[in-house]
Amino acid sequence: MTAPFLWIGVPLLAGPFSLILRRDRAVTIFGGLTAAILALIALFVPIDVAMLIGPLSLKISPSAQILGRSLSLDQADGSLLAILYGLAALWFFGAQAAGAARRLVPIGLGILGLLVASIAVQPFLFAAPTIQIAALLTVPLLVRPDQTPGRGIVRFLIYQTLAMPFILFAGWLLAGVESSPGDLELAVQSAAMLGLGFAFLLAVFPLYNWIPMLLEESPPYAVGFLLWCFPSITSFFLIGFLDRYTFLRTSPAFLAALQTAGLLMVVTGGIWAAFQRHLGRMMGYAAIAETGFFLLAASLNSGAGIQTIFLQLVPRGLGTAVWALALTVVQPQVEGFGFSEVRGLARRNPLAVAALILAHLSVVGFPLLAGFPVRLALWEGLARQSLGQAAWMLVGLLGLLAGAVRTLAVTVMADEDTAWQWNGTQVQSLMLGVGILGIFVLGIFPQAMQPFLVNLPAMFEHLGR
Amino acid sequence: MAAAVISWLAVGILLATSTGLLLTRDWRWSLGLLALQYFAMFWLVLQYWPFGMAAVKLVTGWMVSAAIGITRLGLPEKEEAAEAAWPQGRLFRLFAAGIVVLTTASATPGLSNLFASVSAPVLAGSLLLMGMGLLHLGITGQVLRVVLGLLTVLAGFETLYAALESSILVAALLAVVNLGLALAGAYLLTSAAPAEEESE
Repeated sequence: MTAPFLWIGVPLLAGPFSLILRRDRAVTIFGGLTAAILALIALFVPIDVAMLIGPLSLKISPSAQILGRSLSLDQADGSLLAILYGLAALWFFGAQAAGAARRLVPIGLGILGLLVASIAVQPFLFAAPTIQIAALLTVPLLVRPDQTPGRGIVRFLIYQTLAMPFILFAGWLLAGVESSPGDLELAVQSAAMLGLGFAFLLAVFPLYNWIPMLLEESPPYAVGFLLWCFPSITSFFLIGFLDRYTFLRTSPAFLAALQTAGLLMVVTGGIWAAFQRHLGRMMGYAAIAETGFFLLAASLNSGAGIQTIFLQLVPRGLGTAVWALALTVVQPQVEGFGFSEVRGLARRNPLAVAALILAHLSVVGFPLLAGFPVRLALWEGLARQSLGQAAWMLVGLLGLLAGAVRTLAVTVMADEDTAWQWNGTQVQSLMLGVGILGIFVLGIFPQAMQPFLVNLPAMFEHLGR
Repeated sequence: MAAAVISWLAVGILLATSTGLLLTRDWRWSLGLLALQYFAMFWLVLQYWPFGMAAVKLVTGWMVSAAIGITRLGLPEKEEAAEAAWPQGRLFRLFAAGIVVLTTASATPGLSNLFASVSAPVLAGSLLLMGMGLLHLGITGQVLRVVLGLLTVLAGFETLYAALESSILVAALLAVVNLGLALAGAYLLTSAAPAEEESE
């Protein structure tokens, strides 16, 4: 058996297979178990090492050939696969609570398979079309068949499609830079191409306007899944470029551009969140700030910066899942997500509102919550380089905090005689409860993530040192 | 010599089809022009790829046109809704297309240094398609028009990239991207249909 078949082929086959299951519960269990089993295999079965199970010898080969190119997943990728499929299992198990299982599980498994293929494909710049195919697959997830497509989905489609040519051209130019390292003009052109490509792909300022739009017009759980899996995996694609090309990771101008873009995203995301009056858009701006944090960590260009990127993986996935699920759970109880419509919501669904606020505060980096150790590490790294930039990051965090406080104020603003209610199903309460617990556990015991993260730097030959 | 003349003829066809796509409002004409555009693209790609591989571009392009056409055929006939936010006059669009043509003509000699292995007709044709596609995306928000714009940009990119990279895997992935874009567009067209009927 080969690793690409297991972690790419199996989800790609399991996705369509789940379509034949009739009941939501069956689809959820099938999708969740598939992802969980793949995560456990990635965690416990080493790739390219023969294992004796009784009389049987089992070995997962690291690579497979497809159309003359290689798909390769080695031992270093194991931890990342475990995190990705583990978090995906959480999303799929939550899909039943969100009432989105029949759409999320088949499409989500397909997207995950394609995104893992983007990590595995050699040469690695061929990941761009694979990511683009995954982006196209999200369209039926984001737009229901009876729903008029809004501007958000159209812009998402345009930006993701435009990213691919820029990245492929940049890859070709970078090969030229490798063969003639002294050609400064070529280096600048390739860096500019690469920057533009990733600006589209990661929705870097000012190309992120589709995120809040999409959260207004599409189901929050589906958009949440998109906002978790795409940036998480494409960020590894960007680090792959930095790791591969020496002139990129040693170029002060390129790193400064990364840092500026990251700060702009954190600051603008924070400021817009502070003045936001729509819970969906609020989540969108928080996701934008999260991508900004990633760019800031990448711009640190050190072992600590890379560790910070890895450290963000699990809290981001968990926080986004809890936030999106909470929004989905309260959706039937409100006419819209505007502040005027969610006034006093905490009395009608206290658990969902608590989950919403805690997920938001986790993004801010509030003490005891999952995001705290990550923000602290990033802030410390940034402050070592420049106190001014650390101050700008604080501005962004304060903006996000203001958004969380305003959300809290609005949702608890109910008449005194309003009775407390407990809306929502048992499954919803269970999933939200588990999510809240996870946010606290990761905040209080961040070392719990260490076994998953310790091998990740080996994925990158130079930056991981 | 004859091959060069035919290549420039293909560029002329690309100019006509991409400008036509920008000007026409009839979806039948649009899809016919798109199919013709893929034929001209195929001819340019043929300079660098063997016939079998280049034919993949043509077949994919025609499948894309067919998929969108079949979907559009199943939807109710109606006038395309005017877009309030964008300039709509044909003269304006022709003027904008003229700017793209001028930009392409002026950029091609300079870029031929960067893309030394690419012939002038291929470079000009691909830049023209990318420019026209981007212009198309800039002046519309309608699903069908956006998909046509994206397909035009991708056609331009693929024409140039074919001269730089001949990997079978990339050719296959790009074919899937094109088909996926057409299917995504078809899905959005069908989901857009009921509400558009209501607004008539």
